[in-house]
Amino acid sequence: MNRITTLFAALGLALAAAPALAQAPIKIAGLVELSGTGATSGTNFDNGVKLAVKEINAAGGILGRRVEYTSGDTQSNPGVAKALAQKAIDDGAYVVMGPVFSGSILVSMEETRRAEVPNFTGGEAAAITQKGNPYIFRTSFTQSSAMPKVARYIKNGIKAKTVDIMWVNNDFGKGGRDMIMKSLEAEGIKVGVDISTDPGQVDFSAAVLRAKQSNGDALFVYTNEEESARALRELRKQGYAKPIVGETVLTSQKVIELAGEAANGAVAHVGLTADAPLPTVRAFDEKFQREYRSKSDHNGLKGYSGMYVVKAITERIGKVDGKAFAAAMKGAKISAKDHPGVLMDVTFDQNGDLDRESFLTKAVNGKQVVVETLPPLGAK
Amino acid sequence: MGDLVQLLVSGTATGAIYALAALGFTLLWQAAGVINFAQGEFVMLPAFAMLAGLAFGLPVWLAFLIACVLAAIVLGAGFKQVVVDPLIRHGVIPLVIATLGLAIAVKSTVRAGFSAEAHPLPSPFPTGQLSIAGINVSYADIGTLALAGAIVIGLQAFLNRTVTGRAMQAVAQNTESARVLGIDVRRMVLYVFLINAVLAVVAALLIAPTYLAKFDMGDSIGLKAFFAAIIGGFNQTRGALLGGVLIGVLENLVGFYISPAYKEGVALVLFLGVILLRPEGLLGKAEERKV
Repeated sequence: MNRITTLFAALGLALAAAPALAQAPIKIAGLVELSGTGATSGTNFDNGVKLAVKEINAAGGILGRRVEYTSGDTQSNPGVAKALAQKAIDDGAYVVMGPVFSGSILVSMEETRRAEVPNFTGGEAAAITQKGNPYIFRTSFTQSSAMPKVARYIKNGIKAKTVDIMWVNNDFGKGGRDMIMKSLEAEGIKVGVDISTDPGQVDFSAAVLRAKQSNGDALFVYTNEEESARALRELRKQGYAKPIVGETVLTSQKVIELAGEAANGAVAHVGLTADAPLPTVRAFDEKFQREYRSKSDHNGLKGYSGMYVVKAITERIGKVDGKAFAAAMKGAKISAKDHPGVLMDVTFDQNGDLDRESFLTKAVNGKQVVVETLPPLGAK
Repeated sequence: MGDLVQLLVSGTATGAIYALAALGFTLLWQAAGVINFAQGEFVMLPAFAMLAGLAFGLPVWLAFLIACVLAAIVLGAGFKQVVVDPLIRHGVIPLVIATLGLAIAVKSTVRAGFSAEAHPLPSPFPTGQLSIAGINVSYADIGTLALAGAIVIGLQAFLNRTVTGRAMQAVAQNTESARVLGIDVRRMVLYVFLINAVLAVVAALLIAPTYLAKFDMGDSIGLKAFFAAIIGGFNQTRGALLGGVLIGVLENLVGFYISPAYKEGVALVLFLGVILLRPEGLLGKAEERKV
């Protein structure tokens, strides 16, 4: 009798466990720049997503299902990103994370849109969310919301009347240049020299000399990580002494690490920083450093918080359904109190743009220091 | 005027680094008939060797010296014995393909070991500038010019004024005659490979602080060094110097007076111009070959 009872008990347990075991994992695909000019951005973004997935799975997954994250290297190439997006769709991805580069997402998001797969991006070009794509969502500010804050700082903080602009000639850089010019004009600030540089450019001597010979009161630098570091090194080398201002990238931890002392004094507005004076961000910073033995830049925070947004919204709709997910993202508000992984209270608008607090940071002795916390644009 | 001088000095400094790598191209071609398309990676590898040394807490100069020794063993003697010697008898093309493959293999290995991210390498020179009569020149450019200049002058003196150097030149001019004259050809060729390896380490020390050490940093410098060698004359060491400096200076002038966006095309345009108008290079000599 005992043996029969035991057998039935075992059978009962097996049957009860069967649905959970049989449930397929939730597939999340990463399209990230693991090589090429975007390697720093993509690697950080990828690591952020991986860390979030590890934590989510350790805590029981999403709706009781394990999350399976696989990342593919776009090689910082829009064509490769597009092909990887198609592969992710063929593999049955529920959500696609990345790419980070605006030029890549502008191409690859057409694939995810066609397949109705939600797509989170680290790209900041304003154009990304202006194409009426209901499946695209940001993990960071758009240039159109960040640049007015930068222009305001240039006017009130450093009281510059004329500003020179050094930008990288890709979708990210062009979008940023257009937006900062518009924002500066709105603040009554003139643009001095307009210096275009190439993605992956290694020698900034001529570009810096042009800025140095200009009569501008400050220099706005808007390039990707490695190029920003090279520009800062060259600016220091040539003894550039005027204020250097940027948006997000310029004072990121990776740029400071690469530029060394040359980064000191640079100021930038950042949407996300591992040095933000918030308990959720501090906890993230510790976990990231423990996991990867390096400090995350803003892209790591983008990937991490973006993955937790996926968790929060999926649990809100109660099912793994891309269309329902995209619909629920419109006007979504996610509180960091209920979902610490999103790091800060965040709201999404109808276009997929997000709003939250941001920070004014300065590079001081090899570290990014938050000098001011700025309220969300929509704060009353 | 101040701008122009500053552009010329900084362009010459950058060009001197291209010239160091280009010198390697011409030396290997003359002495061993080898076109090494992994030359850029030969500059990249020592940068990472120095990074590894710095990670162990070594000062830059010691990391540099250790990198020189390692490069002489691996990129000099090792490259010759493992890649060049077995393939050279099959002609230039198999060796070119082998060096292209080697470049890919080296890049992939470094990427796997050090990640695809860039890494900072401290400059051996102080920051700051020297101002003379309103002209500002950075200490980094002065240091680069001084070190690269000393290396080039020292190498020229070695090649022209020592018995070994002349023997190496004899091998470069006519291997069979040199052998008949009792010159140890194998040893002379080995010396050329060792010199090329050390030149690559010096180029790495000078360029990595600005370019940042990255697995694909050799792509740009390798290509420009190759263009420099062709522009100056592949069979002339002086030609490599001229080609390197010409590219460095013109890149700076175009970047400043026209647009930085056109800078990267300067070497290619020069290269095309020289190939079309003077295929032997600006200082090169036309060579005839029986076929």
